[in-house]
Amino acid sequence: MSKFKLSRRSFLTGAAIGSSGLLLASCNVLDGLDRDSGVRNVLESANNLTYRIQRTLADRNALAEEFSEQDIRQPQRPNGSTDPDDEDYKQLASDNFAKWKLEVGGLVETPLSLSLAQLQAMPSRTQVTRHDCVEGWSCIAKWTGVPLSVVLDEAKPKPAARYVVFYCMDTIDQDDGTKYYGSIDLIDARHPQTILAYGMNGKPLPIENGAPLRVRVERQLGYKMPKYLGKIELVDTFAQIGMGHGGYWEDNGYEWYGGI
Amino acid sequence: MIDKIEQRRSALDEGGLPASAKPLIYRQVLWTRITHWIWAVAMFFLLLSGLQIFNAHPTLYIGNQSGFGFSNEVLAMGSHDTPAGPVGYTRIFGKSFNTTGVLGLSAVDDTSTERGFPSWATIPSYQDLGTGRVVHFFFAWMLVITFVCWFVGGLINGHIWRDLIPKGSDLRNLPRDVADHAKFRFHHARDYSPLQKLAYGGVLFVVLPLIILTGLTMSPAIDAAVPHLADILGGRQTARTIHFCMMLLLVGFFVVHVLMVVAAGPFNELRSIITGWYRIDPPTQPQGTPRQEV
Repeated sequence: MSKFKLSRRSFLTGAAIGSSGLLLASCNVLDGLDRDSGVRNVLESANNLTYRIQRTLADRNALAEEFSEQDIRQPQRPNGSTDPDDEDYKQLASDNFAKWKLEVGGLVETPLSLSLAQLQAMPSRTQVTRHDCVEGWSCIAKWTGVPLSVVLDEAKPKPAARYVVFYCMDTIDQDDGTKYYGSIDLIDARHPQTILAYGMNGKPLPIENGAPLRVRVERQLGYKMPKYLGKIELVDTFAQIGMGHGGYWEDNGYEWYGGI
Repeated sequence: MIDKIEQRRSALDEGGLPASAKPLIYRQVLWTRITHWIWAVAMFFLLLSGLQIFNAHPTLYIGNQSGFGFSNEVLAMGSHDTPAGPVGYTRIFGKSFNTTGVLGLSAVDDTSTERGFPSWATIPSYQDLGTGRVVHFFFAWMLVITFVCWFVGGLINGHIWRDLIPKGSDLRNLPRDVADHAKFRFHHARDYSPLQKLAYGGVLFVVLPLIILTGLTMSPAIDAAVPHLADILGGRQTARTIHFCMMLLLVGFFVVHVLMVVAAGPFNELRSIITGWYRIDPPTQPQGTPRQEV
């Protein structure tokens, strides 16, 4: 039972333990994690592991929680593009997207070209769900649209098709003119809650939330639900699209699987 | 084993008693030492990448969603302009504090920038949510896998029941242990003291499971696969807030833990968590005879 005495050695040891962590951080030595660096690739393998474990262990058709109308307490918070400045888009918007068409192509037996009226005439689904942004916030809204699986059934994907790629009409990167795009696997594409939404909170989808059509992928984060849809393409690989990571944000460092 | 202990009695002694009176015992098995240090590394990266992720939206809420059209905020960091220039603030339950320079507003490359935690506390130092998430999830896997292995191993080798679960005698000795700690008077025994059991047990059986569960709740795919997980935790945004609070508890634990190591004799304490060997008080102490079986 020795009484506590702060010896020089004790103090120095403790100070070293305590400060080494902070020093390590403040020296910026941990900043070298740029895209495609070796360390980065090792760390990113954890996301692939998460994707595979979730796909293996979790029920692939499990539904995201649906809420009641009383849970809709605010307008849906928009993010990313909220008012596309693209001429083509503004022209389509000027007559309420009467001339707009959704193209469905790629690895399908029957390429489609669907107007908003045609989409609205197809079977629809309405769901009150929580939108989770990668930044950390959540917002509950009611979404109405045609299940993507209904559209896929009409287009009849070929056996080689593995991913659905969404091409958007909004320029997300003003510097190089990149338009938003993203992709999901066929499991989430055929999920009953994955819809092409044209309505929100009982009204037509507002421009800031992606008019005339946006995707809802309720088991993934917001950046996986492209807005201002123009074209859907079925592919066997997205290696040749954009910078090859499967989406605009994926090309900029976000993980392709946004269910995490 | 006793022979080994006799042999190990050496001149290495920081206390006032002759070394021969203070036996060196094998206190921490390899399993405990390895998991301890893996956690130390994992938590370091989890903390700094977690603060990076927090910075992407440095506001915490209660409930399922984030109040933009209504208020359910519990904590927010940011900056606002004043006639004297921008001021960083931290708002807790509606009460604002000026935290310029550290929280809400701090220097990035010598420029005052609006950000939650300062760049010296985040990985990467600059704003990069994507990389922060990559780092966080990698070390989250490391933490979870190690925790599961530790838990199973601890059940099998008896570490959890023998060393960590407080017994009746621990509760009886608790007041005295609190008083001893308050006076920086430490007992060096094979067994953890009641406060140690509560602290380690609290971290291992309450804080870590909660921080893992609330972390999982932030995954929309997990929320769909495990219905009611978010409900039990009070909604996704409450889960995020709990995740943050558990982080604060872990940081607090780390500070006290290191302080106690320094106060109790850093050489002896570090030796036991690196090599397993620990010098205990002489067996005549009233705090109970040290157990020498290994």
